[in-house]
Amino acid sequence: MTETRCDVLIVGGGGAGCSAALHLALRGSRVVLLERGLVGGQASGVNYGGVRQQGRNPAELPIARKSREIWGRMKQLAGTEAEFTVTGHLKLARDDAEEANLIAYLDVAKQHGLPLRMIGRNALHGEYPWLGPKVLAGSFAPEDGSANPRLMTPALARAARDAGATLHERTEVMDYAHDGADFRLRTAAGDVFVAPVLLNLAGFWGGRVAEAFGEAVPIVPLSPNMLVTEPMGYFIEPNLGVVGGNVYLRQIPRGNVIIGGGHGESDPGQPGQTPWSRPIPEVTMEAAALAIALVPALEGVQVIRSWSGIDGQMPDRIPVIGPSSTTPGLFHAFGFSGHGFQLGPAIGAIMSELVLDGRTDIPLEPFRITRFGAAGQA
Amino acid sequence: MKVAVVGAGPAGVRAVEALLAHDIRPVWIDEAMDGGGRIYQRPPAGLRRDAKTLYGFEAPRATALHAALDAAKPRADWRPETLVWNIRPGQRQLSTLSAGRQGVVEYDAAILCTGAMDRVVPVKGWTLPGVTTMGGAQIALKSQGCGIGQRVAFLGSGPLLWLVAYQYAKAGAEVVAVLDTTRFATKLAAAPGMLRGPATFAKGLYYIGWLRAHGIRIAEGVTPLAIEGAGSVSGLSWRDAKGGVHRVECDAVGLGWGLKPEAQLADLAGIPFVFDAAQHNWVPRRDAAGRTPVTGIYLAGDGSGIGGAEVAEVAGARAALALLQDAGRRVETAALDRKLASLGRFRVALEKAFPFPSHLAAGLPDDALFCRCEGLTVGELRATTTGPAIPAPELNRAKAISRAGMGRCQGRVCGAAAAEILAAQLGCSVAEVGRLRGQAPVKPIPLTATP
Amino acid sequence: MKLVRLRDTDRATLHLTLEGSGLAALEGDTVLTALLAGGAGHLRDSEFGDGHRAGFCLMGACQDCWVVVEGLGRVRACATLAKDGMKVRRG
Repeated sequence: MTETRCDVLIVGGGGAGCSAALHLALRGSRVVLLERGLVGGQASGVNYGGVRQQGRNPAELPIARKSREIWGRMKQLAGTEAEFTVTGHLKLARDDAEEANLIAYLDVAKQHGLPLRMIGRNALHGEYPWLGPKVLAGSFAPEDGSANPRLMTPALARAARDAGATLHERTEVMDYAHDGADFRLRTAAGDVFVAPVLLNLAGFWGGRVAEAFGEAVPIVPLSPNMLVTEPMGYFIEPNLGVVGGNVYLRQIPRGNVIIGGGHGESDPGQPGQTPWSRPIPEVTMEAAALAIALVPALEGVQVIRSWSGIDGQMPDRIPVIGPSSTTPGLFHAFGFSGHGFQLGPAIGAIMSELVLDGRTDIPLEPFRITRFGAAGQA
Repeated sequence: MKVAVVGAGPAGVRAVEALLAHDIRPVWIDEAMDGGGRIYQRPPAGLRRDAKTLYGFEAPRATALHAALDAAKPRADWRPETLVWNIRPGQRQLSTLSAGRQGVVEYDAAILCTGAMDRVVPVKGWTLPGVTTMGGAQIALKSQGCGIGQRVAFLGSGPLLWLVAYQYAKAGAEVVAVLDTTRFATKLAAAPGMLRGPATFAKGLYYIGWLRAHGIRIAEGVTPLAIEGAGSVSGLSWRDAKGGVHRVECDAVGLGWGLKPEAQLADLAGIPFVFDAAQHNWVPRRDAAGRTPVTGIYLAGDGSGIGGAEVAEVAGARAALALLQDAGRRVETAALDRKLASLGRFRVALEKAFPFPSHLAAGLPDDALFCRCEGLTVGELRATTTGPAIPAPELNRAKAISRAGMGRCQGRVCGAAAAEILAAQLGCSVAEVGRLRGQAPVKPIPLTATP
Repeated sequence: MKLVRLRDTDRATLHLTLEGSGLAALEGDTVLTALLAGGAGHLRDSEFGDGHRAGFCLMGACQDCWVVVEGLGRVRACATLAKDGMKVRRG
């Protein structure tokens, strides 16, 4: 059993946690990151890989804009762009109500400086002749794209380590305490980590960390149902989504098509247990049918793998971000509700600003942990 | 009671037979057109060789199994040409695909008899047309009446190496070389143990003797260098135990180093796996009777650890009895238990005689292609330990970073070698780097407009 | 790769096409056997530029023999029986 003291402790080695470790280490903080499994093992590593700003809750757009700027210099920051490709994101409407939804979002985008253009029916099928007849309209965000989530977090982790951060994988925190000045975290192996600042970036399990400090929130596990096809000739350039989000798909230049839609099943487990998640066969086949309606050429292509993971979902579908309401030195960022991958790099930067500057330019009010009322009742 | 049996090889046939004898009519599923498994696969209609020609020494056993298969089919709910592509142990459901149609089979108990496939070590040039697994070479001959080439070389280790070479030579193919990567001394050291299974041992000696007597080139303790050719196989080169380099001209090569379980369904069922050091395979955890830690799931045959066809038949029947016992039936198991114990002892000796050549996989050059599906080189796998990502400490992370095992076969073919390569790179044991986790579907399934 | 017929050659002849060209096979052949004994040489190309493939395991496991059969879609050549009149494309 050892006792380690540092400036900042981070719990959770997802994209946000590894980015925070990197940003803090680059500014000279002594950072220790504790990850129960391997970095990027849950939502950050098994998500769809969308780097998307279009369609986000307006409150998230300032973070998404900041993150997009970081994505643009990821190679310098993390040593690899993790296959980040600016393909544009094309959000599709399949009926008049969905089309109205796309049109309404144009104003939101304009307010936040997000480039976005509407593509009408004729132009859409002219530009993307492989779209199915059920697709009526689309809005195209040229700055959006996608990246490889399996690479991004391990690369951020590597960069953080190279910058001086200490990362402990396979290290589960079993006990959280705060003595008025310092946080004392005890791991399953009995080691103790001590620091005046604690960042709770633990995804779904961030809810348990918050609870340990007396601020429970109504978080539930969210397990996206994902599948990938065998490689086929590359023709779907933009990252595709739909209003309502019941299916989304993208093709990588190697040829595989990644399709998401619906939810799998999961159990986040109790402390000391290994979480599990898995896709549901019927959900996989439903997503396939929805994908074929968007892109008929996908019919008959073989599914070679499916998977899921665990994210945390909040009742209002936006994360908790910001200082604790109970414990000085504790900052939260968790509950990304299925769309944290694009935000992760900026979350790390924002956390470093909160810790080292005591402030950030990003408005965090909508994300305050107290918004759910007493005892975590939303 | 709803019972499903997956697989109609030696284990599946005997499991179904035992269930039927106790008035349980299982749903019985096999992916192939007919039962028999790979070892006793019958040729399609039109090919007419008799059992003796097809199965050699195994003809009586094959004939008996086929008789049991044919007797059981009409009494069970027999569903050939049906893939089980997923299992939901909590819901006790199998997801199936048959003639392009999705289906669900509900079960109270299921016996998984999913068999095995060849365990291979990549060799430079092994993706060239003309290279097959040892099992593939055997199937071509047995089930299709074809040799994989005009001039065939066999490379690997284990009983199948000698058997297939013998079968090819008997059928009139030109066998240009039989190259065993195991040294003669290793096999000799294991010989006393092999005598526990005298019939099998004698058969092995017979094939080797026959090949020698017919002047077929044999080399032991070899290190393969490359399968050569442009567009198709034209030669095979290797280094002998003393360092000398040799080459033969050939247009086909059969490769194989024993077998590995096709245990994907057991994996999806949530059964924990253990590394069996003797057979150098990851195997799903089960007791001697085939019970697993997952309620309602039983395992038998090579899919639960390599034991061979004779063991599979006994294990299949025993797993069915375990299922019946757990359902409260009174059954007699002592004879089967004794037989399984006795057969198990011979197996240990066999594994010692033909150890998996870890050093060959670990020693592959960086530019050798090891993942056929994704077209990845050994160097690309090794790079997962050097950046730009944080070094992969185990196989699934190496897969996530490099795409090793992420293709259509899901690492069936390259997984064993990938583990050796990564373990050598990390300086740890192959048991420590783990195994590629299974993910549905067990085999590719088509996207369809109507789910 | 050329499969060599060694046994059971007295079977009825089937006629298939591969990419439009005629190819003779025997009743009981799999599509893999029909093509590779009929001189096709290979079944597909690796998507990643490393050359021709002609199957590997012949038992439906390695996924290296996918071809397209008109009316059936994408199938494993080793696990599909050849039928008279089948129109096959390389996968």
